[in-house]
Amino acid sequence: MRIALLATCIGEAMFPRAPRATVELLERLGHEVVYPQGQACCGQMHVNTGYFTEALPVIRNHVEAFEPVLDGAWDAVVVPSGSCTGSIRHQQAMVASRLGDEALATRAARVADRTYELSELLVDVLGTVDVGAYFPHRVTLHPTCHSLRMIRVGDRPQRLLRAVEDLELVDLPSAETCCGFGGTFSLKNAPTSTAMLEDKVAAIRSTGAEVVTAGDYSCLMHIGGGLSREGAGVTTMHLAEILASTRETPAAVGGAW
Amino acid sequence: MSVDLGMPGVWAPKGAAQTSGHGAHPADPLRWGPTFPEAAAEALGDRQLRRNLARATSTIRGKRAAVVGEVTDWEELRDAGRAIKTRVMAELPELLLQLEEQVTARGGTVHWARDAAEANRIVADLVKATGETEVVKVKSMATQEIGLNEALAEEGIEAVETDLAELIVQLAGDMPSHILVPAIHRSRAEIREIFLARMDDVPRELSDAPAELAEAARLHLRRTFLRAKVAISGANFAVAETGTLAVVESEGNGRMCLTLPETLITVMGIEKLVPTWRDLEVFLQLLPRSSTGERMNPYTSMWTGVTKGDGPQAFHLVLLDNGRTRALADDVGRAALHCIRCSACLNVCPVYERVGGHAYGSVYPGPIGAILTPQLTGAAGHGDPGSSLPYASTLCGACYDVCPVKIDIPALLVDLRARQVDGDRRRILPGAWDVAMRGASWAMSSAKRFAPAARSARLGRLLARDGKIRSVPFPGSLWTRSRDLPAPPEETFRDWWSRTRGDGDEA
Repeated sequence: MRIALLATCIGEAMFPRAPRATVELLERLGHEVVYPQGQACCGQMHVNTGYFTEALPVIRNHVEAFEPVLDGAWDAVVVPSGSCTGSIRHQQAMVASRLGDEALATRAARVADRTYELSELLVDVLGTVDVGAYFPHRVTLHPTCHSLRMIRVGDRPQRLLRAVEDLELVDLPSAETCCGFGGTFSLKNAPTSTAMLEDKVAAIRSTGAEVVTAGDYSCLMHIGGGLSREGAGVTTMHLAEILASTRETPAAVGGAW
Repeated sequence: MSVDLGMPGVWAPKGAAQTSGHGAHPADPLRWGPTFPEAAAEALGDRQLRRNLARATSTIRGKRAAVVGEVTDWEELRDAGRAIKTRVMAELPELLLQLEEQVTARGGTVHWARDAAEANRIVADLVKATGETEVVKVKSMATQEIGLNEALAEEGIEAVETDLAELIVQLAGDMPSHILVPAIHRSRAEIREIFLARMDDVPRELSDAPAELAEAARLHLRRTFLRAKVAISGANFAVAETGTLAVVESEGNGRMCLTLPETLITVMGIEKLVPTWRDLEVFLQLLPRSSTGERMNPYTSMWTGVTKGDGPQAFHLVLLDNGRTRALADDVGRAALHCIRCSACLNVCPVYERVGGHAYGSVYPGPIGAILTPQLTGAAGHGDPGSSLPYASTLCGACYDVCPVKIDIPALLVDLRARQVDGDRRRILPGAWDVAMRGASWAMSSAKRFAPAARSARLGRLLARDGKIRSVPFPGSLWTRSRDLPAPPEETFRDWWSRTRGDGDEA
């Protein structure tokens, strides 16, 4: 398959290892990955903070960058983020429509129909659960709110992780509870956000895991920030990084991020 | 009896942090105290409160999950609940007139109240007309919302709350912090202290065992029930087709109030309607499982007008607007009116669990409060504490998943945020967020601008030690006060791609 990658703004600027791992993983599985150069951001931050007017040009840019998928240039769009996928699927068309741009809303909805979060793409589109990865570490999964409740990936990440050779997957207590990030919530309501983070960090530490993984680097930036501040010695890694790890080129573990 | 009602002075036991941030009873039960971030930050300092809330909410979450899990058609029930409420909102004027006609035909009297003041005036006049100076009350959010007890006190009428938790709140001179369990912020030890200080007929050897506390309240209330001539209730549902009112409860105090007195006055928000008797089937399955985590609540009382020789011989229904038609006029926001006040969203909310109900500055706290309160009050702009409520959420979506009528609370929160932002666009000087978001919009709507912006994050490496940044100036300090930041990468993804795969779109 020819798959177009949305690196995501945070992946582009702060965590390029997640989109890199996505590229390496999909290429290893025999697929062709394309990086549409016009891409920037899906608009989630603006939408969730209430800045619809400011979100609109960001959404328009995204739709223009990924619209070739509708003409068969690529078979699908992959996003290594549950929340960006959720915004593309549930917010882009809504915002365009609210601001009176019905044409853009229609185009956004059509692009969204061809857009998949990484675990969805692997399990549903490519029909793969065992991606041939090797990761000899004790791992716990934070399932992330938007993956769970906005796009409903269900247990796809767990199934992918269980198929990884030598990976020990341990349950995270209160896994489905939010880490407290919430985008600008982490700044506007910093003390409440931090109280939630403290509980998430304590739950992660209680598992004895070396690595906490998730399908979203925004949550991992937050969780890693708490782990690092506490000197917890737990590493955050995106699901793609674990799935990209092989016996030949094993992923390194260490540091909070 | 000398219950200390409406007296100044909020009960604040020694050592307990004052979590409410309000003085005595606020003038507006929908809008008190500071903004949510300020009130939440203060509440977070009360470790005991956080432990109490964590224990209470996790218990009720577990009960709800267990009984909901038993119902094989739960999702279909939720869909039905939503569909019925959507129809009610679409046909509200016609249904309300039908209800009025039915109630009137069966011997009741219907009153219409535009706002809290009008509703309080109507109720006070109705009570005065009976010559009574004491009324018993069934737990009711509508009467909390309009501050009825305080309004009656000003008219020399004493209102006695008969729901146990509501009685605790009343005796303490407190505000409710939960829709179902208004005294959830109180520990057993605090409740014992409140009873000893404020309940005249309490046994002095009272312990803090729940059964003893409940028994003390039962004995205290019994005499009041037998004496009361007037009762005031809210309503969980009203059936337009038959004029039937319904109250769903656990303790039986409601049944006493609804049957023993001579006069019954019910105050009901206009959104509480269901079109037909048959519709109750859906809600009587949804509500108890979502609310108390029971298969069925112990007491469901229904009454239709007046029945000669049986129960109250005078029945008045006060239909309350108080901002509801404002919410109804909004095509997105009106979904908040579907709420059946089960409080499941409070119990699963990670924000509510940590800061408690008083931080929301409204009798409607938690996720539903964050979308309902600002709509009822028409909060807009930075001067109104209610305008901070739509931001009191991480948009984690746990509330939407448990809502028995499928209110998409996260989507409504986002919509209300947009309205706050748009309301502020009239300001001459933009705020810091406005400037930041406009700049980010400019940078993120073009790869030509975003690529260099992303690359410039590299400068942050100057601040990093051992791969992390521990401190940055304001506003970044809002993050780094409690969390580290990762050192930005040396190479953006785009640059990695160009270096390893070439520049073109086609790999």
